[in-house]
Amino acid sequence: MSILVDKNTRVLTQGITGATGQFHTHACKEYGTQMVAGVTPGKGGTDFEGIPIFDTVEQAVRATGADASVIYVPPPFAADAILEAVDAGVALVVCITEGIPIADMVRVKRVMADAPARLIGPNCPGVITPDECKIGIMPGYIHKKGSIGVVSRSGTLTYEAVHQLTGLGLGQSTCVGIGGDPVKGMEFVDVLRLFQDDPETTGIIMIGEIGGNAEEQAAEFVKQYVKKPVAGFIGGQTAPKGKRMGHAGAIISGGQGTAADKIKAFEAAGIRVAKSPAELGSTMKAAIVADSTRTTEPRPKRARNP
Amino acid sequence: MNIHEYQAKEILRRYKVNVPRGKVANTAAEAEAAAQSHGAGVCVVKAQVHAGGRGKGGGIKLAKSPAEARDIAAKMIGMKLVTHQTGPEGKEVHRVLVEEGCDIGRELYLGMVLDRALGRLTMMASTEGGVEIEEVAERSPDKILREVIDPAIGLQAYQARNLAFALGLPKASINKAVAFMTGLYKAFVESDCSLAEINPLVLTKQGDLLALDCKMGFDDNALYRHADVREMRDFAEEDPREVEAAKFDLSYIGLDGNIACMVNGAGLAMATMDIIKFYGGSPANFLDVGGGATTEKVTAAFKILLSDANVKAILVNIFGGIMKCDVVAAGIVAAAKEVKLAVPLVVRLEGTNVDLGKKILSESGLNITPGENMADAAEKVVQAVRAAR
Repeated sequence: MSILVDKNTRVLTQGITGATGQFHTHACKEYGTQMVAGVTPGKGGTDFEGIPIFDTVEQAVRATGADASVIYVPPPFAADAILEAVDAGVALVVCITEGIPIADMVRVKRVMADAPARLIGPNCPGVITPDECKIGIMPGYIHKKGSIGVVSRSGTLTYEAVHQLTGLGLGQSTCVGIGGDPVKGMEFVDVLRLFQDDPETTGIIMIGEIGGNAEEQAAEFVKQYVKKPVAGFIGGQTAPKGKRMGHAGAIISGGQGTAADKIKAFEAAGIRVAKSPAELGSTMKAAIVADSTRTTEPRPKRARNP
Repeated sequence: MNIHEYQAKEILRRYKVNVPRGKVANTAAEAEAAAQSHGAGVCVVKAQVHAGGRGKGGGIKLAKSPAEARDIAAKMIGMKLVTHQTGPEGKEVHRVLVEEGCDIGRELYLGMVLDRALGRLTMMASTEGGVEIEEVAERSPDKILREVIDPAIGLQAYQARNLAFALGLPKASINKAVAFMTGLYKAFVESDCSLAEINPLVLTKQGDLLALDCKMGFDDNALYRHADVREMRDFAEEDPREVEAAKFDLSYIGLDGNIACMVNGAGLAMATMDIIKFYGGSPANFLDVGGGATTEKVTAAFKILLSDANVKAILVNIFGGIMKCDVVAAGIVAAAKEVKLAVPLVVRLEGTNVDLGKKILSESGLNITPGENMADAAEKVVQAVRAAR
């Protein structure tokens, strides 16, 4: 098993006629993902490498039964693309686009609160269940099928983590890049809940960074509900205050969102924190080993899964 | 993107938010004329720089006459203003704002920010005006009043009243406060602000509300739809290296260490800074080259990195997922030759076509040290700096 996506997931690409959309639709299809449709307003009736293109998401869903969407639409139009997919009943929307105005995402989040759909991103690499379904821009070949759940706010740092895990023989159940924007779809907590409930996931690695308090909330959630070994890392320990470190969400403001606070929260929740980004894989391994040697001990701190 | 106080007040004025009468002056003579036009009474001369704490640094002065305003402006314009936000090197003052004085009754705080956890805008108010809100948040968090705004309907009048009454405003000023807050909300939303702070918000002895100071920041991602805001950009207030980097679509932030780094991806770039520190070094910058590290981009990046005289070595850390390592390697070699690189260069490549990339680097004839992984590369670059000492 896995979370969010598997071999049955049917994916449509919004913005399929752009260079980025074409490149990654091709790569995902080659990986084995069922790429069933594309949407570009005004290009309906044409196709890309045999994948039919529609004018609207609604038409694409009706004709192909797509249940997931990936968005490569430019920033000024991306929020509209998300809302269109949600309205068309797509269950999982993955928005890769970087640079969407925050105000647009505030409106999207308002709509998502009442919608059954899930949103991953924006400004994220996407989601992958190795050997089954890759939705997004991550390099497929570094992944290996297995039982570690990966969740991260970063793109390339996630690849680094996956590469280290695979190198140590630790395959992944599903890897989710939730994105680097301050207002986004799924948060750490949402993904952690799915990993906790997924019987095939036996360990979780969570990669956070400075800014906001999503890591603190995640730590609280882990403390309360997660019964699997968790490893973590926080990027930006050397970042100065008040500067936006590339990601729109990675900024220490008013003394809030520092790496030190987040690491403290992780450690207080029993999460094993990697001291350096070169130790992401080995820290996960150590967390699993430590967990397996104390399975007989009671763990009073952790309540049952709700 | 940030703007000056006088520009923020121009925006507020458009939304009928009360601000003191004022004029910006680039010279002492202009400052005198501005003071004269306010009626020759008491006025305030305020240095216009992108930093808080100006009062304590000598950047805000009271003038009793236009002649005094001229003398103050003459000293202020051209001076390096040092505040707790500018760093010890200070910021040069290029212009001043000359405003009429007012009868201050009470000093309050009003601000708007994004509540990230909720994904909604929040209006904040506090009776502790003139103090930094972070300080209030730490010392007495109960003194910060908040109204969370539903984006579907915007700030409602009752929410503004909630804040106004909680601030203890007199009854006659409540409706004025509602208009003031509604105007601020509209200005914020319609200009795609990321932050707006009115500190202090003044209740005058006459019962009027006045934005005595105003700080505004804007969402960089939304600047494309605000030509008027883009025009307010003052490049003199920004780090020239960051401005240069932005031209090449590079994300650069200068720090005070001596190991420059060039990385693809913001998260990996931050982690690379961290690992340099972990091995006892000190990063000179954050630099994300983004998804496509072409020769042109890498060359531009090297030039920016080397413009920092503190830099003693460079660490390149690329995880080529979509980006192919051989293309990156060719870019690094061409760039290193073009800028005649004289400091040690450690390169860690991983990902697609990594062997081909490493071959290009080793056959380049350049003095490039390969790093096997992140830890190895970081250790080697820290050693290189120590050896050079």
